[in-house]
Amino acid sequence: MHTDVVVIGAGQAGLAASRCLTDGAVDHVVLERADVADSWRTQRWDSLRLLTPNWMTRLPGFAYDGSDPAGYMSAAEVARLLDRYRNSFAAPVRTGTAVTGVTPGPGGEGFRVATDAGVWHSRAVVVATGAAREPHVPAVGRELPASVRQLTCAEYRRPDQVEGDVLVVGASASGVQIADELARSGRRVTIAVGDHVRVPREYRGRDIHWWMDAIGQLDERWDEVPDIDRARRLPSLQLVGGPQRRTLDLNALTAVGVRLVGRLAGVAGGRALFSGSLPALVAGADLKQDRLLDRIDEYIGTGRGERPARTRVGDPPTALPLAGIRTVVWATGYRPTWPWLPDGLVDRFGRLRHDGGVTPLPGLVALGLPFLRRRKSSFLDGVGPDAAELMAEVRRHLDRVAAGTAA
Amino acid sequence: MTTNIPTGNTVTVTDNPTADNGVAIEALRGARAALTDAPAAARFQWRAANTWVNGTHSRTRIERFAGLGDEHSHRRPYEVDTDHPQIFASEDNGPTPPELVLAGLAGCLSAGVATVATNRGVTLRSVTATVEGDMDIQGILGIDPAVRNGFSAIRVRYEIDADVPKADVEAIVVQSQKRSAVFDIITNPTNVRVEVA
Repeated sequence: MHTDVVVIGAGQAGLAASRCLTDGAVDHVVLERADVADSWRTQRWDSLRLLTPNWMTRLPGFAYDGSDPAGYMSAAEVARLLDRYRNSFAAPVRTGTAVTGVTPGPGGEGFRVATDAGVWHSRAVVVATGAAREPHVPAVGRELPASVRQLTCAEYRRPDQVEGDVLVVGASASGVQIADELARSGRRVTIAVGDHVRVPREYRGRDIHWWMDAIGQLDERWDEVPDIDRARRLPSLQLVGGPQRRTLDLNALTAVGVRLVGRLAGVAGGRALFSGSLPALVAGADLKQDRLLDRIDEYIGTGRGERPARTRVGDPPTALPLAGIRTVVWATGYRPTWPWLPDGLVDRFGRLRHDGGVTPLPGLVALGLPFLRRRKSSFLDGVGPDAAELMAEVRRHLDRVAAGTAA
Repeated sequence: MTTNIPTGNTVTVTDNPTADNGVAIEALRGARAALTDAPAAARFQWRAANTWVNGTHSRTRIERFAGLGDEHSHRRPYEVDTDHPQIFASEDNGPTPPELVLAGLAGCLSAGVATVATNRGVTLRSVTATVEGDMDIQGILGIDPAVRNGFSAIRVRYEIDADVPKADVEAIVVQSQKRSAVFDIITNPTNVRVEVA
């Protein structure tokens, strides 16, 4: 089977790429190993809602048109929205088609994309398999005794899955949300807190994402920030979407009875050991939050909004007996892998080598990864501009191939 | 390889103003870049050789270390005496080992403050720190097994005079903790194996 461009993955990034290619009349196919928006259907907990408000759903040629622009979509609603997006331009999606290998063609001409449903030959490849698909479990997980049940945030669905006292590891969006609902359902919850980014849900009467959009923070570019590797590693904001529009930071967790401890540092002598660095981490998060709110105040030009209270950590324990912990929930982020990509495209940290989505292999680009080209690159609202720029690059590559001047 | 992606903007990585705190920041930036591509060279080994003198008094000599794929020596050997104070019925020929740990923490954090400040273009006029470590010696005396031997809490208080707002100074101190070896050594567990030759 032949086409000009193979797009791998039919989530927000793959569909945005497909829409841009469709607009440019580029022959292409979107290969999806399961169904459109599969991660949203199968790997998210029941209560999850988007962190960004509905109006921040500006995809190429498609936007939110519902009745609640200030609300936050559930995972099922995101899946339905992406289904509608796919149908709106009849995206050429082949569902149930898993890619097993991508190899450059002979002499560097084009690509051979092997799947479990046949082989495709193309002139370009777009990797759009998502950033939030494969949960990362730290090595310390292997040291936990079998008596402790371990769940990743992709396996966690609802509190009644979880027995006994719980340790939630990780305090970014997933960790704080899961810790909060477990505590509200009556579980005794401890949360191990590493690096995190604290923001209020609303500031000076508007959603924090409205401000981040307005002041241009979400549009900051990968080639303009001082340390892009660090920016790409930044954890997700401590936020929860929902009609209450509430702030879900560590103080909010303390208020519902969640116990805060430092980063899970190891297991020894039947105890979980926690780093004593928690005061430094919360001080850093408080300062960073203040810098963001200062920027918003500067943008407004007058006055200063009411600032959230400093994070209170008290004297957190640095060790807890594992006998008292029945379940550990890993909310320690995602690490996408690309075992089907050619050698040399992934660095020793397991990260895809790319410059704003352009990999060292001419004609192979990536889309939808954190801070790929903009701070919002991995957002539903942020993949559009990246897709437009990178699909323009793909079309230039096709032109060079056609003119015999590729690479 | 041609990329030709329109950026829409010129590349503007913000250059911080320069600050002279005596830190060779360009060398450090260069080392970071070089070691990113040569991780084996980043593996160092620090060493110390201790000789018991008498009573609770011993002397530690520090001279050689390994790193960057090679053996190295300090400019000259350093010696430090440790002992216990006279209220412990010792001769007090030097600080206690836990006090040296506090010195190590403060020395590490202050080096970090100077480095981070320089990296951020902040000139320091003065930096002082006081360190307190709380210890209940019922632990080391074996009186109460519920009491740990080591510090139950450590507090560091910095006074820093620099020409930037307080929030910026606080951010420098936070970043210093994030990059400090001794802060990590104290706040996180380490496997320690002691054997007899």
